Amino acid sequence: MSNYLLVDFGSTFTKLCAVDVTSEKIIGTAAHYTTVLEDISIGYHNALNLLYDKLGKNIEFDQVIACSSAAGGLKMAAIGLVEELTVEAAKRVCLGAGAKVDLVFSHHLTRKETKQIIEEDIDIILLSGGVDGGNSENVIYNAKLLGEMGVKIPVIYAGNKSAEDDIIDIFDHYQLDYHICENVMPKINKLNPKSARKTIREIFLKQIIEAKGIKKIESDIDQVILPTPNAVLEAAKLLAEGYLDETGLGDIVVIDIGGATTDLYSMCYATNRSDVVLHGLEEPYEKRTVEGDLGMRYSAPGIVKSLSEREIEYINQEKQIDIVKEVNERYKNVHLLPHNERDEFIDQFLAEMCAYRSMNRHVGKIHEVMTPMGKVFNQSGKDLTNVRYVIGTGGVIINSKRQKEILKQTTNILDDKAQLRPDDPEFLVDQLYIMAPMGLLAQKHPKLALKLMKENFKELN
Amino acid sequence: MKTIVIGVIGADVHAVGNKIIDYTLVNSGYNVINIGVLSSQEDFINAAIETDADLIMVSSLYGHGEIDCRGMREKCIESGLEDILLYVGGNIVVGKQDFNETLKRFKEMGFDRVYPPGTSIDLALNDIKEDLGE
Repeated sequence: MSNYLLVDFGSTFTKLCAVDVTSEKIIGTAAHYTTVLEDISIGYHNALNLLYDKLGKNIEFDQVIACSSAAGGLKMAAIGLVEELTVEAAKRVCLGAGAKVDLVFSHHLTRKETKQIIEEDIDIILLSGGVDGGNSENVIYNAKLLGEMGVKIPVIYAGNKSAEDDIIDIFDHYQLDYHICENVMPKINKLNPKSARKTIREIFLKQIIEAKGIKKIESDIDQVILPTPNAVLEAAKLLAEGYLDETGLGDIVVIDIGGATTDLYSMCYATNRSDVVLHGLEEPYEKRTVEGDLGMRYSAPGIVKSLSEREIEYINQEKQIDIVKEVNERYKNVHLLPHNERDEFIDQFLAEMCAYRSMNRHVGKIHEVMTPMGKVFNQSGKDLTNVRYVIGTGGVIINSKRQKEILKQTTNILDDKAQLRPDDPEFLVDQLYIMAPMGLLAQKHPKLALKLMKENFKELN
Repeated sequence: MKTIVIGVIGADVHAVGNKIIDYTLVNSGYNVINIGVLSSQEDFINAAIETDADLIMVSSLYGHGEIDCRGMREKCIESGLEDILLYVGGNIVVGKQDFNETLKRFKEMGFDRVYPPGTSIDLALNDIKEDLGE
């Protein structure tokens, strides 16, 4: 018998998932509040005891591996040159590595912006700009400013290759903690995320985990290997693609509505059509977007922020609630769990808004262009119309009584022809909350991780 | 190596000439950034900034070139590309107009070189060599 314990240190909950690799079964799951401020191991041991209670016995684990988004997750600043090009590329690389991108800057940095990076507790800076052989002036300027301002955190350089030697000289001169990677955009509209993503992961392992107070627990567990969103992304990719003779589900979308963010993952190519002209930066097969202003608790006010007075009034009348008051209550009391039908109703409504709006920003858009040669379709972003499954994860979806209603918000309910939302997908829910754990397990046993996800995801009819 | 951004502007999908220009310029030793058809002024300018380009060559075959190109020089200046060369060519205006008039209008719009319909790329290549060097 060989047991694995997979741990997800979340900002609110520490979640455990025990797997027996020999009999290929999930033994049990448990969760307890994360105690990152005091000592992260308290919450971990409480969760472990809960798991033992559930199982009725203590068991030995051969491997304990963890992912973490505790203490604010991995916070990054993305810097590029032009907003639609290297800035967007840098941002996507950070997101794909499981980071939260708190600051985004284009063109020459200012002293004020650099100060912001220093003051806002950013963990890693990704500096890009210029295609290979292209503009060097901008990255050199920005590297100098980062040096002059005495930035202490790790800086990843992933910009114009031709500026690399100058950048190294500058960073050496100012004694920055730097890492040199391949350019995130070596050619116009060509995205090259791998090298920078790998370096982000390495820095996360070596430095960030320690800084977040997670190192303390190292005597109890073998390894913290991934930021949680990265683990979910790995799981989603595996689920879509399959592994050897264990088939995958094909094109999928995963939505994770949390307290502070709503994360959307899509696993598919930008388009399967031959009658469209694709525009903008190349879209990755595995794409993650994060909406920092859409969440159930910390970010609840963001949900109503962009609504007009009229819309708020309409919602209040229609739903018989005071939406502004409700979101503020949730913002002030982030541990609030719904106690009655009314709370549930409001959480359900907020979750539906998060799902609808986050998809708005994730999904590709298409518009018809009339040309003298007839109609042409111009597409930017990803075409999700043929996605086969929309999968929900995260507390609010798992605990909802009307799960399908939330997931349905990702489809084209308003019949907006310009949005390439999933057309007619099936709906699944990660009812045991195992996606991040399976992303961890997949590092060692991909086939088993895939099998367990397929077995344990609940189908909604 | 000198860098040239090429593409077809506006709601125009004529790709053949674009490919010929691409082929010829690459063979002549230039670094060619081809942003393809259906490109906006911003697409050209963004590509030119990131690649530190020396020249933007705009193609337009469908007669709306004048509308599509208007304001492009101003946007280049706004974007810090004061010194970039702007070329335009193709069927750049509606109908059969006197080309000298067209040339004048596009020069006033800030284009450095303007080519009438049916211009061979070799002719433009000579101008490029003159403006950018070999």
